[in-house]
Amino acid sequence: MRSVTIVGASLAGMRAAETLRREGFDGTVTVVGDETDTPYDRPPLSKQVLAGEWEPERIALYDSEALADLSLTWRLGALAVGFEAASRTVTLVDGERLVADGVVIATGARTRTLRGTEDLAGVYTLRTLDDSLAIRREFDGTPGRVVVVGAGFIGAEVAATARGRGLDVTMVEMAETPLERVLGAEMGQVCAEVHADQGVDLRLGVGVAEITGSDRVEQVVLSDGTRLDADVVVVGVGVIPNTEWLEGSGLHVDNGVVCDETCLAAPGVVAAGDVARWPNRLFGQSMRVEHWDNAIEQGMAAAKRLLAGEAAEPFAPVPWFWSDQYDRKIQLAGRSGPDDEVVVVTGSLEERRFAAIYGRAGRIVAVLGFNRPRNVMQYRHLIAAGASWGEALEFARSQD
Amino acid sequence: MSYRIVVDFDLCESNAICMQVAPEVFEVRDDDFLYILDETPGEDQRAKVDEAVQRCPKQAISVAED
Repeated sequence: MRSVTIVGASLAGMRAAETLRREGFDGTVTVVGDETDTPYDRPPLSKQVLAGEWEPERIALYDSEALADLSLTWRLGALAVGFEAASRTVTLVDGERLVADGVVIATGARTRTLRGTEDLAGVYTLRTLDDSLAIRREFDGTPGRVVVVGAGFIGAEVAATARGRGLDVTMVEMAETPLERVLGAEMGQVCAEVHADQGVDLRLGVGVAEITGSDRVEQVVLSDGTRLDADVVVVGVGVIPNTEWLEGSGLHVDNGVVCDETCLAAPGVVAAGDVARWPNRLFGQSMRVEHWDNAIEQGMAAAKRLLAGEAAEPFAPVPWFWSDQYDRKIQLAGRSGPDDEVVVVTGSLEERRFAAIYGRAGRIVAVLGFNRPRNVMQYRHLIAAGASWGEALEFARSQD
Repeated sequence: MSYRIVVDFDLCESNAICMQVAPEVFEVRDDDFLYILDETPGEDQRAKVDEAVQRCPKQAISVAED
């Protein structure tokens, strides 16, 4: 292999680039990114950057020296619009064609928007540095009322940051309990209470019918007819993997680029990060993971896969992420679901400092922690080892 | 050549990823603070330490070559 094209210049793509070099690959590595900013870290966008505590320089993934050491060939501000897997040819929006021996697909995902609100000023989604800075400028102007649509992790972090800046926040969520489909009703309820404690006006079990305003947002109309005055609206209703450019490429796309167990999508083509779907042997299921840590781990694994040829190992991690909301650090490792058995193994829900484990079909499948990082990592280890539900409960008892 | 673990405790948020990757070197205890068990681990730990540096969500860990 003499040349590699990496499409996507965020965390997964950059970790792939770094890993290629670390593993001794000395051929050409071309990195294509649709944003013009040099690679940056996204988690602070809903926290420290939005809070006004950090300036953009602080979230650069690499300093200029480290970046230069990687000796990459850049195509920034360049959108990939086409791909042919058989010849590993990437076509850019300006017509340039990049042909390489290996390709890493790391184009991530983009935010879902509410239809009809794209041209309305004051309505935002949050994914990029530009998004974060635009919302921050709104917050700097101390708007009277912030409405957050969606009580998932991004919505929850935006609500927490806005409250931290002393703003009035209403959070609207379609489900009766936030995060119910991920964490189950009981733990979702704990998340709801954290926001209620902090003065967020939660509207649950109700959707958004319409967002009104002539050129700037004025009201959010809910599906039950309630009209909420709104100066700023932040919509956090999920993301869509960026796969349109792969149409007709010869790759299998189904809610993400479909890969084998080793992140291989076609000969010489791997995928990593939010855009990649692959069968995770540890959980016996196909998954696409939108976590920061997975972008790192899968970016590294995909790069090694390109170099390894047939000797590649399956990629079978325990997905993990954290979310900082107010003074709570929420962490989830594994794959929880609404019908799992849930047992609090340490701490208490009342104090909002606890770890809870999730069991399904005789296995421990996930652990949730509120300000319990140590315990989350202990149980994550058990999940990685394929421990049974009984073994996990036994471990919990041994820790008392 | 030896090396030394340096943690910026102003950045550390006790995510405990380092403990998962290199439990012989890093420990987050019940008080939720990170403790370095071995500031100068041997070469046998080097690969794990490098991974902990890479995987730290806050990039709070670095390695000083002595």
